[in-house]
Amino acid sequence: MMKILLSILLFAFTGAWAADSSVPKLDIGKGGQCVEDTQWMRKNHMHLLKHQRDEAVRKGARDEKISLKNCIECHASTVDDSVIAREDSFCVGCHRYEAVKLDCFECHSGTRKSAWLQQRNAK
Amino acid sequence: MSEINTQRRNFLKTSIGAAAVAIAPGMMLFDIAHGKPEGASSKVRWGMLIDTAQCKTGCNECVTACNKENGLSGGIAATDSQWIRKIEIKDISSGRELSLPMMCQHCEHPPCVDVCPTQASFKRADGIVLVDKHRCIGCRYCMMACPYKARSFVHEPLHDQNPDVPRGKGTVESCTLCVHRIDQGRQPACVESCPNKAILFGDLNDANSEIAVKVRTVASIQIRADLHLNPGVRYQGI
Repeated sequence: MMKILLSILLFAFTGAWAADSSVPKLDIGKGGQCVEDTQWMRKNHMHLLKHQRDEAVRKGARDEKISLKNCIECHASTVDDSVIAREDSFCVGCHRYEAVKLDCFECHSGTRKSAWLQQRNAK
Repeated sequence: MSEINTQRRNFLKTSIGAAAVAIAPGMMLFDIAHGKPEGASSKVRWGMLIDTAQCKTGCNECVTACNKENGLSGGIAATDSQWIRKIEIKDISSGRELSLPMMCQHCEHPPCVDVCPTQASFKRADGIVLVDKHRCIGCRYCMMACPYKARSFVHEPLHDQNPDVPRGKGTVESCTLCVHRIDQGRQPACVESCPNKAILFGDLNDANSEIAVKVRTVASIQIRADLHLNPGVRYQGI
């Protein structure tokens, strides 16, 4: 009995330790908090984005603060100005880890707008 | 769920709106610069008046500006997106030739909206006809329904879109009247780019606006007016 208990405990601990070490390390860009705290945003950002997109597209009610563009403005990497360019980019890092398909960026730009404008004007 | 939210939202909107007008006119200016949080108003009807006498044959500035603004390739193959085209017409009996830009006419009763099975195609409160690409399934009924051939389908994956103009494979798209610019209080790209000021943009519902005055005083027509779609785009001198 003791043996089983021990092995369960051991398994649980090693499991937790292993999971902890593989938590994705993200390039959070400028970062900072403007909407809610980190844990809340991890859990609920998709609801905010979905609500905002319908309001913005269909009613023209553009709440700049919770728009995807505004998220990207702060969270795009300071190195490559993108939230999707690399494995550890802000959006990609977590979505890979959680195995959740990220299809926003099939249409939306993942690049910070100021950087995108610079690129376009340089062409 | 959506109905409850709408009513609650409306209540909040009106009360916040009234409060904002009463106590903080400075805040309203800030809102305009960043796109209005209260959304498009049904008191407004955006429209255009195109003066064909000022539109020059061979000039393609509006098309180029549209392509640049919205990230279109500029190709004219059947599978390339074209939001605005230059059209040359000729009256055979008199030989009179005209050049004019043709794009989504932003109808009051848009056939594209009627036929859309997912309500992706819709008309905003201020009269702009748009595609909600979150809902579009790419069936292309709207492309067939449109009498102006104004819509395009995106056939290939796209990259590097304008952050203000999301576009993607598998959805239908057309002239948005540069809705992202209008919401910031700016003019559509084609209007700004026209070297002869052939395109006049404004609010048809505002009796004092330049466009409303001109529509009232100068002869202009809607293309295919026989369909009673009441397009927001009017042409002068055809």
